[in-house]
Amino acid sequence: MIATACLVAVGAISVSAVMNLYRLGRGPDVLDRILSLETLVINTIGLVVVIGIWFGTALYFEIALLFVAVGFLSTVAFCKYLLRGNVIE
Amino acid sequence: MSKLLPHPILTLVIAFVFVALINTFSLGSMLLGGVIGVAIPLFTSPYWPVSPTIRNPLKVVEYVAIVGWDIVVSNVQVAYWVLFWPSRRLQTRYVVVPLELTSPEAIALLAGTITMTPGTVSADLAADGSAILVHCLHTTDPDGTVAQIKTRYERRLKEIFG
Amino acid sequence: MTMAWLSEFLVSALILIGAFFLFVGSFGLMKLPDIMRRLHAPTKSTTLGIGSLLIASMLYFALLRDEPSLHELIMSVFLFLTAPITAHMISKAHILRSRALQQELPKPPGEEGWATLDPHGVDEARSTEPAQPPR
Repeated sequence: MIATACLVAVGAISVSAVMNLYRLGRGPDVLDRILSLETLVINTIGLVVVIGIWFGTALYFEIALLFVAVGFLSTVAFCKYLLRGNVIE
Repeated sequence: MSKLLPHPILTLVIAFVFVALINTFSLGSMLLGGVIGVAIPLFTSPYWPVSPTIRNPLKVVEYVAIVGWDIVVSNVQVAYWVLFWPSRRLQTRYVVVPLELTSPEAIALLAGTITMTPGTVSADLAADGSAILVHCLHTTDPDGTVAQIKTRYERRLKEIFG
Repeated sequence: MTMAWLSEFLVSALILIGAFFLFVGSFGLMKLPDIMRRLHAPTKSTTLGIGSLLIASMLYFALLRDEPSLHELIMSVFLFLTAPITAHMISKAHILRSRALQQELPKPPGEEGWATLDPHGVDEARSTEPAQPPR
């Protein structure tokens, strides 16, 4: 049962990632692209967690932890650059 | 006591996060977590001089429960709007929520709560901290939205932080 | 036997709910027409989706495999704390970059303007500095 649920979840998350890529290429403004990158990172974390459950190993969670931190920091750095023209003042 | 531990709750949080990152409940990791939890607030206390006072710890539990429930409800609501409504039916607008809170921690908590709950995102703060600019995804009654934020979240935060 | 079946069912349901909310967040990002409306779908839905997936993972490793893990707890707390901050930064950058929006924003009740457009103290500091040469 869990394997079937994981298969469906991987499919749904992959479709979500494709929709994020559409917004990443299409997005009229640079902020749309930042937002879609952020969502893409979150979708990737979801994919890593689902595959960790599917294969029954807790080994991948440290990758997911790194993704959480790097995704947040890069989004804030992009926005800070747009707001002030500098990342570290 | 307050010299050694400027922020006791921060000490507990750091120790717990360290143990959770190591992922084993051994004595050594708990000890090292405790040492780091004491050291980091000591070295960073010049950047956070005034610590907030929590009047009523029971109210914190009530607040967390209410916000958690509202997060689930708001997600179902936003999912319904996004999936089944055409975008032109959404009446989007900005509203201004005047603030009575003064402590920076309480205002930050209120802004985060507004972002996570029904159809609203906190967009900006007034330069003197007197109001929050809130963006609503769909509202037909702006005054009602403001009144709901004030009675449901701000009143409880005022009871917690005094 | 039934206990194991029940926990398997719970984990599968949580995985499906999480994947559904991740899908809704990305669908809203693709469908909605402007940036402030797009901001609503990813900040709320994807955070709840990830939270649900991480609860499923915690239950799975604690109930069915007997090797409980605390990393998921750290990740979900971190995501719930950082989602409002990214939303706030993106909307601040949007307010700063859009001239048409600045004209129609409602005014705050106090004497000062919004912090993005009228930063407190920065102007006074800039006026005492020597003028920057144009780059």
